[in-house]
Amino acid sequence: MRDKKYRFLSQPRRVVEDRRFVAGKGHYIADYDHADMAHVALMPCHLPAARIDAIDASAALAMPGVIDVVTGAELAAAIDPLMNGLDTPKVRRYPLAVGQVRYAGEWVCAVIAESRAIAEDAIEHIRLETTALPFVLDPEQALRDDSPPVHPDHNSNLLLDKKFVWGPVDDDFAAADHQLDFCVTWGRNSTVPIETFGVVAEWNAWAQMLDIRASVQMPKYADQIARALGLAGNQVRVHYDIDVGGSYGVKRGIKHAVLTGYLALKLHRPVRLIEDRLENMRAGDAHGPERKFDVSVAFDKDGTVRSMKMRALDNAGAYAGRAPFQLGKPIGAIVGPYRIGSVAYQAISVTTNKAAQEAVRGFGQAPTNYALETAMDRVAAFLDMDRLALRQHNLIKADEFPYLIPSGSTYDSGDYHTVIDKVMAAADYPRLVATCNQLRKDGMMAGIGIAACLEPSGGNASFEPLLNESNQTTTWMESCQINIDALGAVTARIHTTSSGQGHETLVSTVIGEILGIDPDSIRVVRPNSLESLPGNSPVGSRMAIMLGGAAARAAEKLKAKILAIAAHHLQCDAANIDYQGGAMLSANGRHITWGDIIELAHRQIHGLPDGMDPGLASFDIMQVPTGGDLPKDGKVHMYPCYSFEFHLVLVTFDPIIGKPEIRSYTIGHDCGTVINPAIVSGMTYGGIAHGIGAALLEEFAYDESGQLMTQSFLDYLMPSSHEVPDIQLVKHCTPSPHTVFGQKGSGESGYLGAPAAISSAINHAVAGLNISFDKLPIRMSVISDKIAAATQHRSDSE
Amino acid sequence: MNITIDINGKDVTAAIEPRVTLLDFVRDVAGLKGTHAGCEHGVCGACTVLLDGEAVRSCLILAAQAEGSQITTIEAVDGTTRQPGELSIIQDAFCESHGLQCGYCTPGMVLAAKTLLQHNPTPSREQVRDAISGNICRCTGYVQIIDAIMLAAERLQGRNQPADGA
Amino acid sequence: MKSASFDYIRPDTLDAVCACLASHPDARIIAGGQSLVPMLAMRLARPSLVIDIAHIDGLSAIRDDDSAVVIGAMVRQAKALSDLLVATHLPLLAKALTHVGHPPTRARGTVGGSLVHADPSAEIPLVAVTLGASLRMRDAGEDVEFHAEEFFIGPMLTMTPPTACLFEISFAKPTCAYVGTGFHEVAARRSDYALAAAAAHIEADDAGVVQDLRLAIGGISDFPQRLPIDIHIDLSAGMADLGTSLTTAIDAALDDVDIVEDMHASASYRRRVAAELARRAVDDALREIAQDLS
Repeated sequence: MRDKKYRFLSQPRRVVEDRRFVAGKGHYIADYDHADMAHVALMPCHLPAARIDAIDASAALAMPGVIDVVTGAELAAAIDPLMNGLDTPKVRRYPLAVGQVRYAGEWVCAVIAESRAIAEDAIEHIRLETTALPFVLDPEQALRDDSPPVHPDHNSNLLLDKKFVWGPVDDDFAAADHQLDFCVTWGRNSTVPIETFGVVAEWNAWAQMLDIRASVQMPKYADQIARALGLAGNQVRVHYDIDVGGSYGVKRGIKHAVLTGYLALKLHRPVRLIEDRLENMRAGDAHGPERKFDVSVAFDKDGTVRSMKMRALDNAGAYAGRAPFQLGKPIGAIVGPYRIGSVAYQAISVTTNKAAQEAVRGFGQAPTNYALETAMDRVAAFLDMDRLALRQHNLIKADEFPYLIPSGSTYDSGDYHTVIDKVMAAADYPRLVATCNQLRKDGMMAGIGIAACLEPSGGNASFEPLLNESNQTTTWMESCQINIDALGAVTARIHTTSSGQGHETLVSTVIGEILGIDPDSIRVVRPNSLESLPGNSPVGSRMAIMLGGAAARAAEKLKAKILAIAAHHLQCDAANIDYQGGAMLSANGRHITWGDIIELAHRQIHGLPDGMDPGLASFDIMQVPTGGDLPKDGKVHMYPCYSFEFHLVLVTFDPIIGKPEIRSYTIGHDCGTVINPAIVSGMTYGGIAHGIGAALLEEFAYDESGQLMTQSFLDYLMPSSHEVPDIQLVKHCTPSPHTVFGQKGSGESGYLGAPAAISSAINHAVAGLNISFDKLPIRMSVISDKIAAATQHRSDSE
Repeated sequence: MNITIDINGKDVTAAIEPRVTLLDFVRDVAGLKGTHAGCEHGVCGACTVLLDGEAVRSCLILAAQAEGSQITTIEAVDGTTRQPGELSIIQDAFCESHGLQCGYCTPGMVLAAKTLLQHNPTPSREQVRDAISGNICRCTGYVQIIDAIMLAAERLQGRNQPADGA
Repeated sequence: MKSASFDYIRPDTLDAVCACLASHPDARIIAGGQSLVPMLAMRLARPSLVIDIAHIDGLSAIRDDDSAVVIGAMVRQAKALSDLLVATHLPLLAKALTHVGHPPTRARGTVGGSLVHADPSAEIPLVAVTLGASLRMRDAGEDVEFHAEEFFIGPMLTMTPPTACLFEISFAKPTCAYVGTGFHEVAARRSDYALAAAAAHIEADDAGVVQDLRLAIGGISDFPQRLPIDIHIDLSAGMADLGTSLTTAIDAALDDVDIVEDMHASASYRRRVAAELARRAVDDALREIAQDLS
C-alpha cells in the first residue's frame, strides 16, 4: 500500500482543532470581550446610485449611549483609499460611501455606541439627504457609451479588458470540421459563511500599537490596514489566534478593519464591528463572481476539440479590490483537463451598481469550469456522440505530463482516465443509466450529469502581473517556525488565521512525520503578525502545498541539526544513523536518546559540533514551487499543482414541479498525496454542497430597481441537509512532482465541478425537448415553465 | 426588567431590556460563548440551545419568554457529569468522524443530535438528515455530520465503541 | 440586528391582554414568537408593547369537544403533531404539521400564532381554511368567532379586531364513515415556505359515496383559498376514475384566484403546480378512502 510509506501522513487521524469546537470552545471574534468596548452599526443608503447631499447626525449624537457618527467624507480626509489590484486609480474605495452611493445598501455612515442596539437605534435618527442618480445593473449595458457611470472620474465602467490569443486560434477554427457558439451565465452567489465578518480594533496610544482581531482570511492584511491608516507596518498587530467561522475565500474584511482601526485611533477605545446578517448580505464585500461567457469551440467530426474562444464578462459590482483577478486565475487552467491546442480569451471586468465582489472559493475557476464543461456537452450533442467518450477522447493522457497548456502553465501530473474509470465502476454506470431510463419511463425527467475539471492549487500571484503590468508580484510565499523546548516538546508557529481548514492538524502531522514523533504531542500556535514570518493566508488552495511545504522544510532543517548532534556524539557519519523518534541508533550499536539531544542542544554547547548554535529551532520561508517568473508574451506559468475531479450525478425531477433531486452523486478526486483524509473528504463534500447551492438555489439577485432581493436567509437559500445527498467519494492519488510529499490542493474541491455536473444532468434530462438552461442557478420555477412552454409548443405544432 | 433564567442548572439573574433575545442573554449576560449568532432571524440554527430538553433557536426567543424554563447550552451538553476537557459521546463521535470544519455551526449540530437521540436512539440516516435540516453548515456538506450522529447513536447503544477507550 | 425598544408584559388573563391592546394600539401579542421575533429583529415590526400570552391558563390544551377538536391558541406545533386527538380526528392537520418549519421551530411555534400571523404560504392557515375551522377570540370582554374562510384577507392580514386575542381554534370532527386526506406542498427547500400547496379533506358515506370534498390551495395567492369542486364520486367499487373532470374543475376554480409571483417562482409556475398538487391531494384522499373501503 502506498500509504504505508508514511507513519502519520495519509493515515486516519483526528483533527486537533475539533476538540475545542465540539465543546463550544472555539475562540471566534464575537467571543472577544472588553469592558470598555464600543460597538459599531452601519447605516445603509437604499438607493442604487445617489449623490449624498447631507448627513445630519445631530439627533443621533444627542442620544444617550451614542459615542460618535462617522461619515465617508470624514474618513476620506483622514485615510488612504483601500488597496486596488488593478491600475484604476480613479476607482477609489473607502469603507464608507464618499460623496456618492454606488449600490443599494452601501454604508454611508458608521454609528459608534455603548451597545449594538443603541447604535442601531441611533441610525434611525440620522437624516440622510440624497439625490437619486441613474444606475446600471447589467454588465453589457454598463459597457455601453450611454451607460450611467458608476465612477464618473474613471470615465467608463470598464475596469479591465484583456485579450489573449494563445496559439493558432484562427487557423484551428478554419481547419476544424465544425464550430459552435453558446452563451452561459454564472449567477452571483457566494460562500456566505454562517459567521458574518467581525473585527475588533484597539489602539494603545502608549505603545503606539493598533491591535486587530478579526474573522479574516486576507493575504497581507496587516500591511493593507497600516497603509490605509498611514501607520508603520509594525504599528499594526493582527492576531492570528482568532477562529474564523467559515470563509471559503470571502472573509477579506479590509474595509471593516480600516474603518474600525480608524475609529479606535480616533476614540481611544476598543471598537467592535460584527456585521449583522443584513449588513453582511448587502454590503459586506462578500458577493462572488457574476459572469457571462460567450464561447465558441472548433472541433472535428471525431470529437477532437481543437480550439476555443472565450469572452468572459464579469460584473465586479461597484468597486474593484482583488475581485477582477478572478478572471485571471482560470488562465492557469483555461483548457481544463483537455488537449485544446489554442485559445483566445477575453477577460472583461466592469463596474455596476451592485455590491462589491470579493474572492470566492476557486477564485473564478468554478464559473470557467462550468463554461468549459457546457462546451463539452454541447459538442457531444452536436456530434451525437457520447458525452463521456468525447471527454475521454480529449483528456490529457497520463503519459503526457508534464503538460504545457497554450496559456503558459504546465500541469504537473494526473491520470484522468483512470480516475474516470474508477468512478464509472464505483457508481455502476450501466445501472445508473438503467435507473435514469426507468425514471423517464415512469414519467419523470431524469438526466446524468458529467463534469471533469481541475483545481489549480498552490496559490501563485502571477495573474496579477498578467492582468496589470505595473504589478510585479511574483511570490506568494508561506512560512513556518518550529521550536523544540528544553523539555523536548515541539511547538510550531504558523502565521495565519484558520477558518476550518485544520492547519494545526496539517502542520503537526507533517512535522510529526518528519521528526518521527506523535503529531498529537506537537502544539501548533498562531501568534500575531508582528511575531510572524511572511505568509499569504489560506487562499488559492495552497496551504497543504505551501504551509505543509514550509513546515516540512523547517522540520527537515531541524532533523538535520538533530542528526548532526547525534553524529557528533556517536562519532559517525550522519548518513549512517538510523533515526527514530525518541532514540537514535548508530551502525555500531551505540545510541543516543531524544532526551540526550535536547539536553545537549539546550544546556551543553560543549557537546555540540564546533560552531553549531545552541537550541533546537528552525524556520522556513517557502517560495511557490514553479513560481517566480514574470509573464512573457501574454503567457505565464501559474500554479504548481493541478488536482483533478470527476463528477457523475443522476438528477431527476417531476416535469411539472421541476424540483431537481440528486438521486446519485459520485465524485472521483485526485489531489495527490493526502495529508489528512478526513479533512480532504470533508472539504470535498462541503465544496459539492456549495456547488449544489450555486447550481440550484443561491443567488444575490437584484430587482430592476437595483434592490437586493436576497438580503436574508429567508431568500438567499443555502442547501440544508435535505438538499445534499449522500456522496460517494472515489479517491485516487497521483503525486505531484513539485511538492514535498506529492500533495496538491483540495480546499476548493467539489465546488469546482458540482455546478457544471448538475447543470449537465438537468440539461441532459430536457435534451429531448430541445430546450436548455443557460444560467445558474437553475430555479425550479424556470425548469417547469420552460418545459411547459416546450410541451405546449410541441402540441401546438402537432 | 429583572429576569432570572435557569441556564445549565444555575439561575442567572440580570436587569435587561425586554428586547434582549435569549441568544444575547446566554452570550452576553451568562457569558456562555459556545452558542453562536449566525443569522439572528431564525434560519441557520447556529444559536440552538435546549429549552426544557428540546432544541430551539435562541435568537427567536425573547429572554423574558424563557423565564421559568431550563436552558441547556453546549457547555453543559452532557449535564455536569463530565470534567472540563472530557467529551460526551456525541461530541467524541463528531471528532471521530470529523463532522465539522470551522466549528461555528457545531454546537447547534451537537444539540440537535442530542435531542434527536433522546427521542430516537436508533435513527436512520434519513431521520438524522431531517433532525439537522434546520441547522445550516457551510463547511461539510453534512455527510460527515450524519456519519458522526450515526456513530454516536451506535455508541450510545453500546456498540462500535472506540478501540482504546479514547 | 437588534429589535427596537419595547415594553413587555405577561398578563394572566385574556381580558388583561385585551386591555393592553386597547391602551397600546401598536402592541403585538407574542405566542411562540417564531414569526414575530425575526420581524422585531429586522425592525419590520416595532410595537411599543409586546404582550406575552404564554402565562394565561388554558391556552395550551387540546380538548375533545364532542363534535370538534379544540386547540388552544398557545398549543405548540410539536405538541399538536404528537397529539392523539389530532391524529385521530384531524389527520389533515397532522399531515400538514410535518411540513411546518423544522423541529426546533415547531417546538416553540404555536398553532394560534401561525394562524394570526397569516403568512400566505403557511400550512396551518391552509388547513384551517380547508377544514373550515372557527377561530375564537376575546374582544372587549366578549367572545367573537371567525370562520377561517373569511378570516384571511391578505398577506399577513386578517380580520382580527384591533383589541382581540385569539384563544382557541375549533376544528369540526368528520361526520361521515370514511375520511381521506391529502396534503402536498412544493418549496425550494423542503422546509421553506411553500411556493404552492394544496390540502384536501374528503368524507364518504357508508356506501363509499363522497359527501364532502374540501380542497384548498396556499402559497400562490395573498391567502389560502378553497377551490370549489363539485363532482360526484363513488368509491364503492374502489378508486374512481375521474377522467378529466377533476383537473377541469380545479382549473376552472384556479381561474378565480389572483396568483402572485416573486423571484422564487413565476405566477404561471404557481398556477401549474397548484393545479397538480390539488389533483394529487384529492387523489391521495380518495385513495385513502378507497383503501379503507376495500
